[in-house]
Amino acid sequence: MQWETVIGLEIHAQLATQSKIFSASSTQYGAEPNTQANAVDLGMPGVLPVLNQEAVRMAVKFALATNAEIGKRNVFSRKNYFYPDLPKGYQISQMSLPIVGAGVVPIELEDGVVKNVGLTRAHLEEDAGKSVHEEFHDATGVDLNRAGTPLLEIVSEPDMRSAKEAVAYAKKIHSIVRYIEICDGNMQEGSFRCDANVSIRPAGDDKLGTRSEIKNVNSFRFLERAINFEVERQIDILEAGGEVVQETRLYDADKDETRSMRSKEEANDYRYFPDPDLLPVQVEDELIESIRSTLPELSDARRARFISELELSEYDAGVMTSDRYTADYFEAVLQKSGASAKLACTWISGELFSRLNKEGIELNASPVDADRFSQLVARLHDNTISGKIAKEVLDKMWSGDATADQVIEQEGLKQISDSSEIEKMVDDVIAANPDQVAEFRSGKEKLLAFFVGQVMKASRGKANPGELNKLLQEKLKS
Amino acid sequence: MADDAESVVGNEVVEQVAHLARIQIDSDSVSNYASEMSGVLELAAQMDQVDTSLVEPMAHPVRAVQRLREDVVTETDRREAFQDIAPSVENGYYLVPPVIE
Repeated sequence: MQWETVIGLEIHAQLATQSKIFSASSTQYGAEPNTQANAVDLGMPGVLPVLNQEAVRMAVKFALATNAEIGKRNVFSRKNYFYPDLPKGYQISQMSLPIVGAGVVPIELEDGVVKNVGLTRAHLEEDAGKSVHEEFHDATGVDLNRAGTPLLEIVSEPDMRSAKEAVAYAKKIHSIVRYIEICDGNMQEGSFRCDANVSIRPAGDDKLGTRSEIKNVNSFRFLERAINFEVERQIDILEAGGEVVQETRLYDADKDETRSMRSKEEANDYRYFPDPDLLPVQVEDELIESIRSTLPELSDARRARFISELELSEYDAGVMTSDRYTADYFEAVLQKSGASAKLACTWISGELFSRLNKEGIELNASPVDADRFSQLVARLHDNTISGKIAKEVLDKMWSGDATADQVIEQEGLKQISDSSEIEKMVDDVIAANPDQVAEFRSGKEKLLAFFVGQVMKASRGKANPGELNKLLQEKLKS
Repeated sequence: MADDAESVVGNEVVEQVAHLARIQIDSDSVSNYASEMSGVLELAAQMDQVDTSLVEPMAHPVRAVQRLREDVVTETDRREAFQDIAPSVENGYYLVPPVIE
């Protein structure tokens, strides 16, 4: 039988606020256990949660970036369950009136086709603490530093039909939340986590099959593998005449399998009710408009502009808009260097990125910032230096503070474009290699490269390649 | 709510709700709770008969709007004070009976 896979994702994006969603404790990652957990986070009696306005603004920003409805009146509810890392015995979340309603997220598939994935909703909630099971003898340790960290839970429609589509959607959301700077997207630190609802049904059927939920997948590669494993598992069950059980499963990356999380089997009745400690949140039009005005040009729009206005290829435009910092860097270099978009893009995606990759650093920590890099590109553009010399200049800039002009000046790397100077070198090379000249003239034109190399060597790489080629051709063919 | 209210709450429902809420109740009083809870749901069912088509659903009982806080960290580390009153701590962690996933 042909099976169709149906996937919906719930993504928890940790909002990049300074303080927690309902308390003034720090959200900084990596602190000593429980040093950032105050009375509210610990669920002490008599405390009151007070909502962080930045969390509200960030949720609204997300709604604007995905053209989603905004819950102008949204309400916090209590989701009740018992677990040691949830000291209050309930998580403050949103249920029937979330802050973000339905929206659409276009994703691009491998064949270039654009597919619209429906956004069901996104709501604000607090994160739980962390339980540590391994470090203590016969006890579980609880660290509540993370308790109360603001999350935006982003829920999709079951619109994805393969693990690849699910990954494309997750990457798109990842790119959006980073682009609008509401989440750092750090998956290792758990700032961006995916739960996948996976089911299968006979191809052509309208009715959804029973789903399982894979919890807390923290890399795109694992997401793809976990879904593929789960699809195979469900097909095996159904083809053997069995039934899929609705349950929560965990992905084990070491064994590359999902397995049932039995402890939560009866926790599905969360008995939500409006939290009496918190009043409904009113999102005023004024606030929405002020946030709209701070919204950056989004990745898709910027990419389209790079293609139509700057005439970059689709591929190059994609690379230059892969995140906001890259796009900003590229535009700064373009503007300051006066070079063509193609030249700026080639040097950023080539020489700059390969150096960054080799050293494992992000662009925003690059030793050469956009300002200095633009001068290098400007010198390429105005033919002061050749591409080969530019690499040498970049190496020098990489390890120090010198500008491109300073390096070129100090090292005497300025390109020789004066034709009389190049002509003399060409003459010398021709005079020194009579055999090759004879061969060339008898038809072995490939030898041109040899002569170019010899003159370049004589000029220590500084001869203007265009001028050099022109002169060589003239002299050899005369 | 209407569907639930029509079926009277049975003892199993009381026991399940008590378990979910981690509330211990005497087995003698289960049927008592069952009839009280049924009474509440019956009242709700009675209210269902009122035409509310022109009434906006109440999402929250209070007619006021939440005031928001600036995103500023003002809390300091008071771990020592909190852990002084905790039953069991080690290396800065609160300890609880083992929870196995």
